[in-house]
Amino acid sequence: MSFDQSDVEKIAHLARLAVPAGEARALGGDLSRILDLVAQMEQVDTSTVEPMAHPLQMTQRLREDRVTEENQRELYQSVAPATEKGLYLVPRVIE
Amino acid sequence: MQWETVIGLEIHAQLATRSKIFSGASTAYGAEPNTQACLVSLGMPGVLPVLNREVVRMAIMFGTAIDAELGRRNVFARKNYFYPDLPKGYQISQFELPIVGPGQVEISVDGESKTIGVTRAHLEEDAGKSLHEDFRGMTGIDLNRAGTPLLEIVSEPDMRSAKEAVAYARKIHQIVRYLGICDGNMQEGSFRCDANVSVKLKEHTEFGTRAELKNINSFRFLERAINFEVERQIDLIESGGKVVQETRLYDADKDETRSMRSKEEANDYRYFPDPDLLPVEISDAMIDDVKSALPEMPDMRRDRFESDFELSQQDAESLTASREMADYFETANAIAGDAKLTANWIMGELSAAMNREGRDIVTSPVTAELLGGMVRRIADKTISGKLAKDVFEAMWNGEGSADAIIEAKGLKQITDTGAIEAIVDEVLASNPQQVENYRNAPDDKKGKMIGFFVGQVMKMSKGKANPQQVNQLLREKL
Repeated sequence: MSFDQSDVEKIAHLARLAVPAGEARALGGDLSRILDLVAQMEQVDTSTVEPMAHPLQMTQRLREDRVTEENQRELYQSVAPATEKGLYLVPRVIE
Repeated sequence: MQWETVIGLEIHAQLATRSKIFSGASTAYGAEPNTQACLVSLGMPGVLPVLNREVVRMAIMFGTAIDAELGRRNVFARKNYFYPDLPKGYQISQFELPIVGPGQVEISVDGESKTIGVTRAHLEEDAGKSLHEDFRGMTGIDLNRAGTPLLEIVSEPDMRSAKEAVAYARKIHQIVRYLGICDGNMQEGSFRCDANVSVKLKEHTEFGTRAELKNINSFRFLERAINFEVERQIDLIESGGKVVQETRLYDADKDETRSMRSKEEANDYRYFPDPDLLPVEISDAMIDDVKSALPEMPDMRRDRFESDFELSQQDAESLTASREMADYFETANAIAGDAKLTANWIMGELSAAMNREGRDIVTSPVTAELLGGMVRRIADKTISGKLAKDVFEAMWNGEGSADAIIEAKGLKQITDTGAIEAIVDEVLASNPQQVENYRNAPDDKKGKMIGFFVGQVMKMSKGKANPQQVNQLLREKL
Protein backbone atom coordinates (compact mmCIF):
# COMPACT_ATOMS: atom_id res chain seq x y z
CA MET A 1 0.00 0.00 0.00
CA SER A 2 1.60 3.23 -1.03
CA PHE A 3 0.80 6.46 0.70
CA ASP A 4 2.06 9.42 -1.25
CA GLN A 5 2.65 12.98 -0.29
CA SER A 6 -0.80 14.22 -1.33
CA ASP A 7 -2.48 11.57 0.85
CA VAL A 8 -0.42 12.75 3.80
CA GLU A 9 -1.36 16.34 3.09
CA LYS A 10 -5.02 15.44 2.84
CA ILE A 11 -5.25 13.62 6.16
CA ALA A 12 -3.06 16.22 7.85
CA HIS A 13 -5.55 18.85 6.73
CA LEU A 14 -8.52 16.79 7.94
CA ALA A 15 -6.85 16.47 11.36
CA ARG A 16 -5.75 20.12 11.26
CA LEU A 17 -2.12 19.10 11.72
CA ALA A 18 0.72 21.16 10.30
CA VAL A 19 3.19 18.78 8.70
CA PRO A 20 6.49 20.41 7.74
CA ALA A 21 7.05 20.06 4.01
CA GLY A 22 10.20 18.01 4.39
CA GLU A 23 8.51 15.39 6.60
CA ALA A 24 5.56 14.45 4.43
CA ARG A 25 7.55 11.97 2.38
CA ALA A 26 8.95 10.10 5.38
CA LEU A 27 5.52 10.09 7.07
CA GLY A 28 4.02 8.65 3.90
CA GLY A 29 6.45 5.75 4.16
CA ASP A 30 5.61 5.13 7.84
CA LEU A 31 1.89 5.24 7.20
CA SER A 32 2.26 2.87 4.24
CA ARG A 33 3.93 0.30 6.47
CA ILE A 34 1.06 0.53 8.97
CA LEU A 35 -1.43 -0.01 6.16
CA ASP A 36 0.63 -2.93 4.87
CA LEU A 37 0.10 -4.59 8.23
CA VAL A 38 -3.64 -3.96 7.93
CA ALA A 39 -3.59 -5.42 4.43
CA GLN A 40 -1.85 -8.50 5.77
CA MET A 41 -4.49 -8.94 8.47
CA GLU A 42 -7.23 -8.54 5.92
CA GLN A 43 -6.12 -11.75 4.27
CA VAL A 44 -7.31 -13.75 7.25
CA ASP A 45 -10.76 -15.27 6.76
CA THR A 46 -12.97 -13.46 9.27
CA SER A 47 -16.31 -14.30 7.70
CA THR A 48 -17.44 -16.15 10.82
CA VAL A 49 -16.17 -13.55 13.29
CA GLU A 50 -18.51 -10.87 14.57
CA PRO A 51 -16.97 -7.41 14.18
CA MET A 52 -15.72 -6.08 17.48
CA ALA A 53 -16.82 -2.56 18.37
CA HIS A 54 -15.06 -2.52 21.70
CA PRO A 55 -12.35 -4.62 23.37
CA LEU A 56 -14.41 -5.07 26.53
CA GLN A 57 -17.00 -7.86 26.51
CA MET A 58 -19.57 -5.68 28.21
CA THR A 59 -22.57 -3.64 27.18
CA GLN A 60 -23.29 0.00 27.83
CA ARG A 61 -24.72 0.94 31.21
CA LEU A 62 -27.58 3.37 31.05
CA ARG A 63 -28.24 6.47 33.13
CA GLU A 64 -31.62 7.60 34.46
CA ASP A 65 -32.95 10.69 32.71
CA ARG A 66 -32.36 13.15 35.52
CA VAL A 67 -30.80 16.61 35.57
CA THR A 68 -27.84 16.35 37.92
CA GLU A 69 -25.69 19.21 36.68
CA GLU A 70 -25.93 22.72 38.04
CA ASN A 71 -24.94 25.93 36.35
CA GLN A 72 -21.22 26.43 36.85
CA ARG A 73 -20.65 28.76 33.96
CA GLU A 74 -18.53 31.19 35.93
CA LEU A 75 -16.16 28.48 37.07
CA TYR A 76 -15.84 26.90 33.61
CA GLN A 77 -15.39 30.22 31.86
CA SER A 78 -12.63 31.27 34.25
CA VAL A 79 -10.19 29.24 32.12
CA ALA A 80 -11.52 30.44 28.76
CA PRO A 81 -9.33 32.90 26.83
CA ALA A 82 -12.27 35.13 25.86
CA THR A 83 -15.92 35.35 26.86
CA GLU A 84 -18.68 37.89 26.48
CA LYS A 85 -22.32 37.91 27.58
CA GLY A 86 -21.91 34.32 28.72
CA LEU A 87 -20.60 33.18 25.33
CA TYR A 88 -17.22 31.64 24.61
CA LEU A 89 -15.50 33.75 21.97
CA VAL A 90 -13.52 32.11 19.18
CA PRO A 91 -11.87 33.42 16.03
CA ARG A 92 -14.50 34.26 13.46
CA VAL A 93 -15.64 31.18 11.52
CA ILE A 94 -17.43 32.84 8.61
CA GLU A 95 -16.03 35.54 6.46
CA MET B 1 -38.10 16.47 -21.98
CA GLN B 2 -39.94 14.80 -19.10
CA TRP B 3 -38.14 15.36 -15.82
CA GLU B 4 -38.65 13.42 -12.63
CA THR B 5 -37.74 14.65 -9.16
CA VAL B 6 -36.16 12.33 -6.61
CA ILE B 7 -36.24 13.35 -2.95
CA GLY B 8 -34.98 11.79 0.25
CA LEU B 9 -35.30 13.46 3.64
CA GLU B 10 -33.11 13.50 6.69
CA ILE B 11 -35.10 14.57 9.70
CA HIS B 12 -33.53 15.48 13.02
CA ALA B 13 -36.01 15.07 15.84
CA GLN B 14 -34.86 16.42 19.18
CA LEU B 15 -35.85 13.87 21.80
CA ALA B 16 -37.92 15.30 24.64
CA THR B 17 -35.74 14.20 27.54
CA ARG B 18 -35.02 16.24 30.64
CA SER B 19 -31.26 15.72 30.50
CA LYS B 20 -28.74 15.41 27.69
CA ILE B 21 -27.86 12.22 25.86
CA PHE B 22 -24.53 11.65 27.60
CA SER B 23 -24.67 13.87 30.69
CA GLY B 24 -26.96 15.17 33.43
CA ALA B 25 -27.12 18.73 32.05
CA SER B 26 -30.58 20.14 31.38
CA THR B 27 -32.02 20.31 27.85
CA ALA B 28 -34.53 23.08 28.62
CA TYR B 29 -34.90 25.55 25.75
CA GLY B 30 -34.12 29.23 26.06
CA ALA B 31 -31.71 29.29 29.02
CA GLU B 32 -28.98 31.91 29.35
CA PRO B 33 -25.96 30.99 27.18
CA ASN B 34 -23.76 28.21 28.54
CA THR B 35 -25.67 27.83 31.81
CA GLN B 36 -26.54 24.28 30.73
CA ALA B 37 -23.12 23.43 29.36
CA CYS B 38 -21.46 21.00 31.77
CA LEU B 39 -17.96 19.54 31.47
CA VAL B 40 -19.21 16.80 29.13
CA SER B 41 -21.00 19.35 26.92
CA LEU B 42 -17.81 21.42 26.85
CA GLY B 43 -15.76 18.41 25.75
CA MET B 44 -13.27 18.79 28.57
CA PRO B 45 -10.46 16.24 28.62
CA GLY B 46 -11.02 13.24 30.87
CA VAL B 47 -14.82 13.26 30.94
CA LEU B 48 -16.79 10.19 29.93
CA PRO B 49 -20.19 10.02 28.26
CA VAL B 50 -22.88 7.92 29.97
CA LEU B 51 -25.92 7.11 27.85
CA ASN B 52 -29.39 8.28 28.90
CA ARG B 53 -31.82 5.35 29.22
CA GLU B 54 -34.78 7.44 28.09
CA VAL B 55 -33.08 8.22 24.78
CA VAL B 56 -32.79 4.51 24.04
CA ARG B 57 -36.39 3.93 25.05
CA MET B 58 -37.64 6.73 22.78
CA ALA B 59 -35.69 5.39 19.80
CA ILE B 60 -37.23 1.96 20.37
CA MET B 61 -40.68 3.58 20.49
CA PHE B 62 -40.09 5.20 17.14
CA GLY B 63 -38.72 2.00 15.62
CA THR B 64 -41.73 0.07 16.87
CA ALA B 65 -44.17 2.68 15.56
CA ILE B 66 -42.79 2.49 12.01
CA ASP B 67 -42.58 -1.27 12.12
CA ALA B 68 -38.80 -1.24 11.79
CA GLU B 69 -36.12 -3.74 12.63
CA LEU B 70 -34.34 -2.74 15.83
CA GLY B 71 -30.57 -2.79 16.15
CA ARG B 72 -30.47 -5.20 19.06
CA ARG B 73 -26.79 -4.47 19.39
CA ASN B 74 -26.08 -0.92 18.26
CA VAL B 75 -22.86 1.02 18.37
CA PHE B 76 -21.90 4.67 18.79
CA ALA B 77 -19.29 6.08 16.46
CA ARG B 78 -17.32 9.28 16.24
CA LYS B 79 -18.00 11.54 13.30
CA ASN B 80 -14.94 13.74 13.01
CA TYR B 81 -15.00 17.34 11.86
CA PHE B 82 -13.84 20.68 13.15
CA TYR B 83 -16.18 23.48 14.00
CA PRO B 84 -16.10 25.74 17.07
CA ASP B 85 -19.55 24.69 18.27
CA LEU B 86 -18.35 21.08 18.41
CA PRO B 87 -15.71 21.31 21.11
CA LYS B 88 -14.57 17.66 21.07
CA GLY B 89 -13.73 17.77 17.37
CA TYR B 90 -16.20 14.92 16.81
CA GLN B 91 -19.88 14.30 17.13
CA ILE B 92 -20.98 11.09 18.81
CA SER B 93 -23.36 9.48 16.36
CA GLN B 94 -24.14 6.02 14.99
CA PHE B 95 -22.86 4.75 11.69
CA GLU B 96 -22.77 1.09 10.74
CA LEU B 97 -25.02 -0.24 13.47
CA PRO B 98 -27.88 2.21 14.14
CA ILE B 99 -30.56 1.62 16.75
CA VAL B 100 -33.43 1.61 14.22
CA GLY B 101 -33.12 -0.31 10.95
CA PRO B 102 -35.37 -0.34 7.88
CA GLY B 103 -39.04 0.54 8.39
CA GLN B 104 -41.78 2.39 6.51
CA VAL B 105 -44.62 4.87 6.77
CA GLU B 106 -47.76 5.43 4.72
CA ILE B 107 -48.41 8.86 3.27
CA SER B 108 -51.38 10.17 1.37
CA VAL B 109 -51.24 12.85 -1.32
CA ASP B 110 -54.40 13.98 -3.11
CA GLY B 111 -56.19 10.86 -1.95
CA GLU B 112 -53.49 8.49 -3.22
CA SER B 113 -51.54 6.58 -0.62
CA LYS B 114 -47.92 5.59 -0.95
CA THR B 115 -45.38 3.77 1.18
CA ILE B 116 -42.16 5.61 1.94
CA GLY B 117 -39.21 3.59 3.16
CA VAL B 118 -37.27 4.68 6.23
CA THR B 119 -33.70 3.52 5.73
CA ARG B 120 -32.66 3.94 9.34
CA ALA B 121 -32.87 6.14 12.40
CA HIS B 122 -29.89 6.69 14.60
CA LEU B 123 -29.06 8.46 17.84
CA GLU B 124 -26.62 11.31 18.03
CA GLU B 125 -25.78 14.40 20.02
CA ASP B 126 -26.55 17.90 18.82
CA ALA B 127 -23.81 20.52 18.43
CA GLY B 128 -23.80 23.95 20.07
CA LYS B 129 -24.74 27.24 18.47
CA SER B 130 -22.47 29.76 16.79
CA LEU B 131 -23.54 33.39 16.99
CA HIS B 132 -22.00 35.30 14.18
CA GLU B 133 -22.94 38.79 15.35
CA ASP B 134 -19.93 40.89 15.87
CA PHE B 135 -18.16 40.27 19.15
CA ARG B 136 -15.08 42.39 18.50
CA GLY B 137 -14.50 40.47 15.29
CA MET B 138 -15.03 37.12 16.97
CA THR B 139 -17.77 34.46 16.98
CA GLY B 140 -19.77 33.72 20.13
CA ILE B 141 -20.36 30.09 21.11
CA ASP B 142 -23.28 28.83 23.19
CA LEU B 143 -22.95 25.17 24.15
CA ASN B 144 -26.31 24.75 25.89
CA ARG B 145 -27.56 22.71 22.95
CA ALA B 146 -24.39 20.62 22.70
CA GLY B 147 -25.25 17.08 23.77
CA THR B 148 -29.02 17.40 23.29
CA PRO B 149 -30.30 14.02 22.08
CA LEU B 150 -31.33 13.76 18.44
CA LEU B 151 -32.92 10.97 16.49
CA GLU B 152 -31.88 11.33 12.86
CA ILE B 153 -34.46 9.69 10.64
CA VAL B 154 -33.23 8.95 7.12
CA SER B 155 -35.70 8.11 4.38
CA GLU B 156 -35.20 6.19 1.16
CA PRO B 157 -35.19 8.40 -1.96
CA ASP B 158 -38.83 7.38 -2.45
CA MET B 159 -40.49 10.76 -2.90
CA ARG B 160 -41.19 12.14 -6.36
CA SER B 161 -42.55 15.61 -5.60
CA ALA B 162 -42.30 18.40 -3.04
CA LYS B 163 -45.86 17.53 -1.99
CA GLU B 164 -44.90 13.95 -1.21
CA ALA B 165 -41.88 15.17 0.74
CA VAL B 166 -44.09 17.45 2.81
CA ALA B 167 -46.62 14.66 3.39
CA TYR B 168 -43.82 12.37 4.58
CA ALA B 169 -42.31 15.03 6.85
CA ARG B 170 -45.75 15.73 8.31
CA LYS B 171 -46.30 12.03 8.90
CA ILE B 172 -43.00 11.65 10.77
CA HIS B 173 -43.85 14.82 12.70
CA GLN B 174 -47.23 13.37 13.61
CA ILE B 175 -45.67 10.07 14.72
CA VAL B 176 -43.03 11.61 17.00
CA ARG B 177 -45.65 13.95 18.48
CA TYR B 178 -48.09 11.08 19.12
CA LEU B 179 -45.31 9.11 20.76
CA GLY B 180 -44.46 12.16 22.87
CA ILE B 181 -40.76 11.73 22.05
CA CYS B 182 -40.33 15.15 20.38
CA ASP B 183 -42.21 18.41 20.80
CA GLY B 184 -42.03 18.97 17.03
CA ASN B 185 -41.35 22.70 17.32
CA MET B 186 -39.78 23.66 14.01
CA GLN B 187 -39.12 27.31 14.90
CA GLU B 188 -37.10 26.31 17.95
CA GLY B 189 -35.32 23.69 15.87
CA SER B 190 -36.63 20.61 17.69
CA PHE B 191 -37.71 19.15 14.33
CA ARG B 192 -35.42 19.89 11.39
CA CYS B 193 -35.68 18.71 7.80
CA ASP B 194 -32.86 18.43 5.31
CA ALA B 195 -33.82 17.42 1.79
CA ASN B 196 -31.69 15.57 -0.74
CA VAL B 197 -32.98 16.64 -4.13
CA SER B 198 -32.02 15.51 -7.61
CA VAL B 199 -33.67 15.37 -11.00
CA LYS B 200 -33.45 12.81 -13.79
CA LEU B 201 -35.11 12.16 -17.11
CA LYS B 202 -38.22 10.10 -16.61
CA GLU B 203 -37.01 7.22 -18.74
CA HIS B 204 -33.69 6.98 -16.90
CA THR B 205 -33.40 4.66 -13.94
CA GLU B 206 -30.20 6.09 -12.55
CA PHE B 207 -30.52 9.04 -10.16
CA GLY B 208 -28.97 12.40 -10.91
CA THR B 209 -26.45 14.24 -8.75
CA ARG B 210 -28.14 15.52 -5.63
CA ALA B 211 -27.96 18.70 -3.63
CA GLU B 212 -28.64 18.70 0.08
CA LEU B 213 -30.95 21.51 1.22
CA LYS B 214 -30.61 22.79 4.75
CA ASN B 215 -31.99 25.53 6.95
CA ILE B 216 -35.65 24.70 6.35
CA ASN B 217 -37.78 25.50 9.37
CA SER B 218 -41.36 24.97 8.26
CA PHE B 219 -43.32 22.57 6.07
CA ARG B 220 -44.22 25.44 3.78
CA PHE B 221 -40.56 26.30 3.28
CA LEU B 222 -39.77 22.63 2.68
CA GLU B 223 -42.14 22.61 -0.27
CA ARG B 224 -40.84 25.93 -1.59
CA ALA B 225 -37.18 25.05 -1.18
CA ILE B 226 -37.62 21.78 -3.08
CA ASN B 227 -39.61 23.42 -5.86
CA PHE B 228 -37.00 26.14 -6.24
CA GLU B 229 -34.17 23.61 -6.28
CA VAL B 230 -35.88 21.39 -8.86
CA GLU B 231 -36.33 24.39 -11.18
CA ARG B 232 -32.72 25.40 -10.65
CA GLN B 233 -31.37 21.96 -11.48
CA ILE B 234 -33.53 21.53 -14.57
CA ASP B 235 -32.58 24.99 -15.87
CA LEU B 236 -28.94 24.23 -15.19
CA ILE B 237 -28.98 20.91 -17.05
CA GLU B 238 -31.07 22.22 -19.96
CA SER B 239 -28.62 25.06 -20.47
CA GLY B 240 -25.75 22.61 -20.70
CA GLY B 241 -24.53 22.77 -17.10
CA LYS B 242 -24.01 20.06 -14.51
CA VAL B 243 -25.38 19.71 -10.99
CA VAL B 244 -22.63 19.42 -8.40
CA GLN B 245 -23.05 17.54 -5.16
CA GLU B 246 -23.15 20.19 -2.47
CA THR B 247 -24.97 21.57 0.51
CA ARG B 248 -27.28 24.49 -0.20
CA LEU B 249 -28.97 26.78 2.29
CA TYR B 250 -32.57 27.81 1.80
CA ASP B 251 -33.20 31.52 2.17
CA ALA B 252 -36.86 32.03 3.01
CA ASP B 253 -36.78 35.81 2.46
CA LYS B 254 -35.46 35.48 -1.08
CA ASP B 255 -37.16 32.11 -1.65
CA GLU B 256 -34.03 30.54 -3.13
CA THR B 257 -31.29 28.07 -2.29
CA ARG B 258 -27.67 29.13 -2.13
CA SER B 259 -24.48 27.16 -2.28
CA MET B 260 -22.67 26.79 1.05
CA ARG B 261 -19.30 26.64 -0.59
CA SER B 262 -16.07 25.13 0.76
CA LYS B 263 -17.71 22.59 3.03
CA GLU B 264 -17.49 19.73 0.54
CA GLU B 265 -13.79 19.16 0.61
CA ALA B 266 -13.91 18.43 4.33
CA ASN B 267 -16.78 15.99 3.90
CA ASP B 268 -14.72 13.04 5.07
CA TYR B 269 -15.85 12.21 8.56
CA ARG B 270 -13.59 9.23 9.25
CA TYR B 271 -16.15 7.43 11.39
CA PHE B 272 -14.90 4.89 13.88
CA PRO B 273 -16.49 3.20 16.93
CA ASP B 274 -16.29 5.47 19.97
CA PRO B 275 -14.02 3.76 22.50
CA ASP B 276 -15.70 5.72 25.31
CA LEU B 277 -18.99 3.95 24.79
CA LEU B 278 -19.76 0.24 24.87
CA PRO B 279 -22.19 -1.37 22.46
CA VAL B 280 -25.83 -0.89 23.48
CA GLU B 281 -27.84 -4.03 23.84
CA ILE B 282 -31.60 -3.91 23.59
CA SER B 283 -33.25 -6.62 25.62
CA ASP B 284 -36.59 -8.29 24.93
CA ALA B 285 -37.78 -6.80 28.21
CA MET B 286 -37.10 -3.26 26.99
CA ILE B 287 -38.98 -3.90 23.75
CA ASP B 288 -41.95 -5.48 25.54
CA ASP B 289 -41.99 -2.57 27.92
CA VAL B 290 -42.18 -0.08 25.07
CA LYS B 291 -44.79 -2.07 23.16
CA SER B 292 -47.10 -2.29 26.15
CA ALA B 293 -46.92 1.48 26.67
CA LEU B 294 -47.22 2.50 23.02
CA PRO B 295 -50.15 4.90 22.43
CA GLU B 296 -52.68 4.33 19.65
CA MET B 297 -50.98 5.60 16.50
CA PRO B 298 -52.61 8.20 14.21
CA ASP B 299 -53.48 5.91 11.28
CA MET B 300 -55.18 3.39 13.57
CA ARG B 301 -56.98 6.11 15.43
CA ARG B 302 -58.21 7.66 12.18
CA ASP B 303 -59.59 4.30 11.05
CA ARG B 304 -61.27 3.78 14.42
CA PHE B 305 -62.85 7.26 14.28
CA GLU B 306 -64.25 6.40 10.86
CA SER B 307 -65.76 3.12 11.93
CA ASP B 308 -66.80 3.86 15.53
CA PHE B 309 -68.13 7.37 15.03
CA GLU B 310 -69.21 7.09 11.39
CA LEU B 311 -67.12 10.12 10.47
CA SER B 312 -65.95 10.77 6.93
CA GLN B 313 -62.33 9.94 6.16
CA GLN B 314 -61.56 13.62 5.83
CA ASP B 315 -63.10 14.47 9.21
CA ALA B 316 -61.36 11.54 10.86
CA GLU B 317 -58.08 12.66 9.32
CA SER B 318 -58.45 16.23 10.60
CA LEU B 319 -59.51 15.13 14.06
CA THR B 320 -56.52 12.81 14.44
CA ALA B 321 -53.96 15.25 13.04
CA SER B 322 -52.51 15.57 16.51
CA ARG B 323 -52.91 13.48 19.60
CA GLU B 324 -54.19 16.52 21.51
CA MET B 325 -56.86 17.14 18.87
CA ALA B 326 -57.96 13.49 18.92
CA ASP B 327 -58.08 13.48 22.73
CA TYR B 328 -60.10 16.70 22.65
CA PHE B 329 -62.62 15.18 20.27
CA GLU B 330 -63.00 11.99 22.27
CA THR B 331 -63.43 13.84 25.56
CA ALA B 332 -65.97 16.27 24.08
CA ASN B 333 -67.87 13.54 22.27
CA ALA B 334 -68.13 11.38 25.39
CA ILE B 335 -70.08 14.24 27.01
CA ALA B 336 -72.00 15.40 23.92
CA GLY B 337 -73.07 12.00 22.65
CA ASP B 338 -73.24 13.19 19.03
CA ALA B 339 -70.02 12.55 17.10
CA LYS B 340 -70.93 14.32 13.87
CA LEU B 341 -72.18 17.42 15.65
CA THR B 342 -69.12 17.48 17.93
CA ALA B 343 -66.82 17.10 14.93
CA ASN B 344 -68.57 19.94 13.11
CA TRP B 345 -68.23 22.29 16.06
CA ILE B 346 -64.54 21.49 16.51
CA MET B 347 -63.71 21.96 12.84
CA GLY B 348 -66.09 24.91 12.44
CA GLU B 349 -66.58 27.46 15.23
CA LEU B 350 -63.75 26.24 17.44
CA SER B 351 -61.12 26.14 14.67
CA ALA B 352 -62.22 29.55 13.40
CA ALA B 353 -62.00 31.07 16.88
CA MET B 354 -58.58 29.48 17.47
CA ASN B 355 -57.26 30.81 14.16
CA ARG B 356 -58.63 34.24 14.88
CA GLU B 357 -57.16 34.46 18.37
CA GLY B 358 -53.93 32.58 17.74
CA ARG B 359 -54.82 29.72 20.08
CA ASP B 360 -54.45 25.99 19.62
CA ILE B 361 -56.38 23.02 20.90
CA VAL B 362 -54.34 22.97 24.11
CA THR B 363 -54.62 26.69 24.89
CA SER B 364 -58.23 27.09 23.75
CA PRO B 365 -60.30 28.69 26.53
CA VAL B 366 -63.17 26.44 25.46
CA THR B 367 -62.04 23.08 26.80
CA ALA B 368 -63.26 19.72 25.54
CA GLU B 369 -65.51 19.47 28.61
CA LEU B 370 -67.08 22.87 27.90
CA LEU B 371 -67.63 22.16 24.22
CA GLY B 372 -69.02 18.70 24.94
CA GLY B 373 -71.45 20.19 27.47
CA MET B 374 -72.68 22.69 24.91
CA VAL B 375 -73.06 20.20 22.06
CA ARG B 376 -75.10 18.01 24.39
CA ARG B 377 -77.55 20.90 24.82
CA ILE B 378 -77.85 21.26 21.06
CA ALA B 379 -78.36 17.54 20.65
CA ASP B 380 -81.08 17.40 23.31
CA LYS B 381 -82.71 20.51 21.78
CA THR B 382 -82.29 22.70 24.86
CA ILE B 383 -80.78 25.34 22.57
CA SER B 384 -80.89 25.87 18.85
CA GLY B 385 -77.75 25.70 16.73
CA LYS B 386 -78.10 29.43 16.13
CA LEU B 387 -78.19 30.37 19.79
CA ALA B 388 -75.38 27.91 20.46
CA LYS B 389 -73.10 30.35 18.68
CA ASP B 390 -73.85 32.92 21.37
CA VAL B 391 -73.23 30.31 24.05
CA PHE B 392 -69.94 29.37 22.40
CA GLU B 393 -68.90 33.02 22.28
CA ALA B 394 -69.69 33.41 25.97
CA MET B 395 -67.75 30.23 26.86
CA TRP B 396 -64.81 31.52 24.83
CA ASN B 397 -64.94 34.71 26.90
CA GLY B 398 -64.80 32.73 30.11
CA GLU B 399 -68.41 33.09 31.20
CA GLY B 400 -68.68 29.53 32.44
CA SER B 401 -70.31 26.31 31.27
CA ALA B 402 -72.99 26.09 28.61
CA ASP B 403 -75.66 25.21 31.18
CA ALA B 404 -74.74 28.22 33.33
CA ILE B 405 -74.78 30.54 30.32
CA ILE B 406 -78.09 29.19 29.00
CA GLU B 407 -79.60 29.71 32.44
CA ALA B 408 -78.12 33.17 32.99
CA LYS B 409 -79.08 34.49 29.57
CA GLY B 410 -82.38 32.69 29.34
CA LEU B 411 -81.46 31.05 26.04
CA LYS B 412 -83.42 27.88 26.59
CA GLN B 413 -85.21 26.90 23.42
CA ILE B 414 -88.98 27.05 23.58
CA THR B 415 -90.26 23.63 22.62
CA ASP B 416 -93.59 23.89 24.37
CA THR B 417 -96.07 23.76 21.50
CA GLY B 418 -98.61 25.89 23.33
CA ALA B 419 -96.14 28.71 23.87
CA ILE B 420 -94.98 28.67 20.26
CA GLU B 421 -98.54 28.52 19.04
CA ALA B 422 -99.38 31.68 21.01
CA ILE B 423 -96.52 33.53 19.30
CA VAL B 424 -97.47 32.19 15.87
CA ASP B 425 -101.07 33.34 16.38
CA GLU B 426 -99.89 36.78 17.39
CA VAL B 427 -97.67 37.10 14.32
CA LEU B 428 -100.46 36.01 11.99
CA ALA B 429 -102.94 38.38 13.63
CA SER B 430 -100.69 41.39 13.29
CA ASN B 431 -99.80 40.73 9.62
CA PRO B 432 -103.16 40.22 7.90
CA GLN B 433 -101.95 41.57 4.55
CA GLN B 434 -99.02 39.14 4.37
CA VAL B 435 -101.32 36.27 5.36
CA GLU B 436 -103.67 37.24 2.58
CA ASN B 437 -100.84 37.43 0.03
CA TYR B 438 -99.51 34.06 1.13
CA ARG B 439 -102.84 32.35 0.77
CA ASN B 440 -103.32 33.74 -2.75
CA ALA B 441 -99.81 32.90 -3.90
CA PRO B 442 -99.09 29.92 -6.17
CA ASP B 443 -97.72 26.86 -4.32
CA ASP B 444 -94.20 27.15 -5.71
CA LYS B 445 -93.85 30.64 -4.20
CA LYS B 446 -95.19 29.70 -0.79
CA GLY B 447 -92.02 28.00 0.39
CA LYS B 448 -90.16 31.24 0.05
CA MET B 449 -92.89 33.40 1.48
CA ILE B 450 -93.19 31.42 4.68
CA GLY B 451 -89.71 32.63 5.59
CA PHE B 452 -91.16 36.02 6.49
CA PHE B 453 -93.43 34.52 9.15
CA VAL B 454 -90.69 32.26 10.53
CA GLY B 455 -88.47 35.31 10.85
CA GLN B 456 -91.19 37.25 12.73
CA VAL B 457 -91.81 34.38 15.13
CA MET B 458 -88.13 33.90 15.80
CA LYS B 459 -87.74 37.62 16.36
CA MET B 460 -90.60 37.75 18.81
CA SER B 461 -89.24 34.70 20.69
CA LYS B 462 -85.75 36.22 20.74
CA GLY B 463 -84.47 33.29 18.70
CA LYS B 464 -85.59 30.75 21.26
CA ALA B 465 -88.49 29.09 19.48
CA ASN B 466 -87.64 25.71 17.98
CA PRO B 467 -87.47 26.43 14.23
CA GLN B 468 -88.85 23.04 13.15
CA GLN B 469 -91.90 23.46 15.34
CA VAL B 470 -92.40 27.04 14.13
CA ASN B 471 -92.35 25.89 10.52
CA GLN B 472 -94.75 23.10 11.16
CA LEU B 473 -97.23 25.24 13.07
CA LEU B 474 -97.14 27.98 10.43
CA ARG B 475 -97.87 25.51 7.67
CA GLU B 476 -100.81 24.15 9.61
CA LYS B 477 -102.27 27.56 10.34
CA LEU B 478 -101.75 29.27 7.02
